[in-house]
Amino acid sequence: MSSPVIVASDLVKQYDEVTAVGGISFEVAPGESFGLLGPNGAGKSTTMRMIGAVSTRTSGRLEILGLDPDAYGPEIRSQLGVVPQSDNLDEELRVRENLIVYGRYFGLPAAHVRSKADDLLAFAQLEDKAKAKVTDLSGGMKRRLTIARGLMNDPRILLLDEPTTGLDPQARHILWDRLFRLKEEGTTLVLTSHYMDEAEQLCDRLVVVDKGVIMAEGTPASLIREYSTREVLELRFGADHNASMAERLKNVGDRVEALPDRVLIYTADGEAELAALTDADIRPLTSLVRRSSLEDVFLRLTGRSLIE
Amino acid sequence: MTGTGVETRQPASVRRRPIGSLYAGNARAVMYRGWRATKSTNWLVVVSGVFEPVFYLLSLGIGLGSFVGTVTAGDGRDISYAAFIAPALLATAAMNGAVYDSTWNVFFKIRFARLYEGMLATSLGPLDVAVGEISLALLRGGAYAVAFLIVMQAVGLNLSWWALLALPAVLLVALAFASFGMGITSYMKSFQQMDIINFIMLPMFLLSATFYPLSVYPPGVQVVIQALPLWQSVELVRSLTTGAVTVGILWHVLYLAVMATLGMILTTRRLRRLFLD
Repeated sequence: MSSPVIVASDLVKQYDEVTAVGGISFEVAPGESFGLLGPNGAGKSTTMRMIGAVSTRTSGRLEILGLDPDAYGPEIRSQLGVVPQSDNLDEELRVRENLIVYGRYFGLPAAHVRSKADDLLAFAQLEDKAKAKVTDLSGGMKRRLTIARGLMNDPRILLLDEPTTGLDPQARHILWDRLFRLKEEGTTLVLTSHYMDEAEQLCDRLVVVDKGVIMAEGTPASLIREYSTREVLELRFGADHNASMAERLKNVGDRVEALPDRVLIYTADGEAELAALTDADIRPLTSLVRRSSLEDVFLRLTGRSLIE
Repeated sequence: MTGTGVETRQPASVRRRPIGSLYAGNARAVMYRGWRATKSTNWLVVVSGVFEPVFYLLSLGIGLGSFVGTVTAGDGRDISYAAFIAPALLATAAMNGAVYDSTWNVFFKIRFARLYEGMLATSLGPLDVAVGEISLALLRGGAYAVAFLIVMQAVGLNLSWWALLALPAVLLVALAFASFGMGITSYMKSFQQMDIINFIMLPMFLLSATFYPLSVYPPGVQVVIQALPLWQSVELVRSLTTGAVTVGILWHVLYLAVMATLGMILTTRRLRRLFLD
């Protein structure tokens, strides 16, 4: 295996009294798609900013493409593509100009930047919006433009902070499709998300982060295997009864979680458990059997759900 | 940047630069962006700045001036009131152009458009952004100055060939105000705070021996006025356009050069603090 493009060990970021990142360690291999999964405030964005060489670490070791960001910020940033959590497109410039001007920030030659901008407009499916104002674009289009902008310098690593937060389902799927294309072409992706489905779709490997520390690391499938059961039986008894029913059912399945709106029973065979409950004359208002997801992994690791 | 003592490899193509992560030598990309943005959005606002000092000159210099008569210049000559205030208006125009670009425009870019956040995620450093933005402000201030100098020439208010040097002098004025203004703006968090800038600028414009000689003030007040950057600017430009040149004007040059340097250092540090924490 070739040497990792990102090495972080005991990475810490402290703001005055607050510890945003409390000593995390991970490596990212070239071509890998690596995810940081966790709730808001877990320290994902801070970690991304340190990887992006726009935030200096308080302590620990960090190497991006073999360089220390404290000493080689511009050199590292010249090889990164950055898609920040909220779009910061240049609203005083038109769509195509946004790409061209951004390419110039990297000191790239004008002719190269123009043809690259046209290629990326096609990639982002924005060819017919080349002359449009940025403010006239939909949320999904702005996001795609931001990704296209992040690709202007042919980055070796693309950093995506919450790439689809705030987008409607259709726009998300278009975006995932584009990101999947990049992944297939061998671009190294590092992304944060608090959506488990996004992490499952896009990440080869991920770390679950909570309160600035890593709770678990692995592929989506291995994490689910390790920290959850194959299936989950979701039962709703009504807001007033969920807690008491969870207490009654605590020996059913491998594990029981009581959430305010439902009771989760972790088990290898959800249908069989449900049939057994029906035989015991326990009748929930609604029931659902589903496969375990990263959401369940997170719940198991932290006792809280990802999206609160 | 703080070193951590960890040795890292260094790619062959990269030389360690003395100001390392602050400057990528690409301020022109920031200027290019400003030029494209001005072209597509606010060129009318920019052009309107040319006319403001001309209106002042017509109303006060020519209009009011016909009642005032003559004023005694630095070297004892009597000069027309219009020729007295025209260089002050010129210096003020340069200041206003530079300050507008480096304060309100910069404030908006820092707090709302998050433009610099985007720029500093690329290989640009904070000094590239500062130099680029300040150069743009300088160009704008310089363009106003050229236009106004032409008007002054046309109505016969440039009394000496020294007036040619008023252009670089005015650029220095613009540089000093732009770099200082941008540094100050980086501390501003709300529109209310930004209004403080207007609150300072207007009295400074009216009181900096713009419309009457410094000798009008009692000696104690004179010292205060002489400390103001606009007074320094007005005196420098006035010496040149009226031809009352002495070695003393080098003090004004020094004052403005120091102000520009401090402003540039402040701006770079603040940008780094705000966007590269």
